[in-house]
Amino acid sequence: MQSADIQVDVIIPTQTKYLDLIGSIGERIGRELDHYSGDRDALAYQLNLVLTEATTNAIKHSNYKGPKDCVRITIHIQEDELDIKVFDHGQGFDIESVPIPDFDNPKENGMGIYFIKTLMDSVTYTRMEEANVLEIKKSLR
Amino acid sequence: MNLTQQQLDGFNVLLINEERIDAHNSSDLKAFIIDMIEVGEPNIVVQLQQVKFIDSSGLGALLAGFKHATAKSGKLALSNLQPQVLSMFELTRLNRVFEIYNNLDEATTSES
Repeated sequence: MQSADIQVDVIIPTQTKYLDLIGSIGERIGRELDHYSGDRDALAYQLNLVLTEATTNAIKHSNYKGPKDCVRITIHIQEDELDIKVFDHGQGFDIESVPIPDFDNPKENGMGIYFIKTLMDSVTYTRMEEANVLEIKKSLR
Repeated sequence: MNLTQQQLDGFNVLLINEERIDAHNSSDLKAFIIDMIEVGEPNIVVQLQQVKFIDSSGLGALLAGFKHATAKSGKLALSNLQPQVLSMFELTRLNRVFEIYNNLDEATTSES
């Protein structure tokens, strides 16, 4: 994949059956970033995971659950950075207050945001009037 | 979710015939494992050879099965993890919770 800017914009219904599609897009992008000097197989898995976790989160927090609700995901591939945004229409949450998992007493839930924070370079969650946005950045240097 | 249950040297082996475990199918996996334990089969080896991708909900489903088996004096172990899947267990330190075997032979020999 050339290093010119590419923007991928996907809108899916709030249904978990589309997680495979979103994750696969991330995996494919990771594999084809020719100019990335790190481990592309690891990056591919990480992008699959991060997009899956972020989209699951948006679906879970969705208010309507009806067929008309949707999650929008944008992936902006730049020369030296990947910028992912996941928009949801839920009540939102405070990403800073999400605790680090207790590894000595592991729980079934609460690992998704930890994965995103650990594997990516920056994560923010902003509540806005029309939609909330989870923004994830990964340096490609 | 495509799952196969087998008996091997007195062990209950659960083969996961899916490449991906995520929030779409992890609740099915969790329910299946808990059902196995509830019908009196608390010693289970989950064979993950086909699984190329697991997310936090998939790890959570296996952890729920592990806790349930332990509560019933049984054990839930794992075998045949792909490297990327194993890395998820390492990232969450769950490799210290589960017994993880290279293959089913090793799992059934060690457990018997």
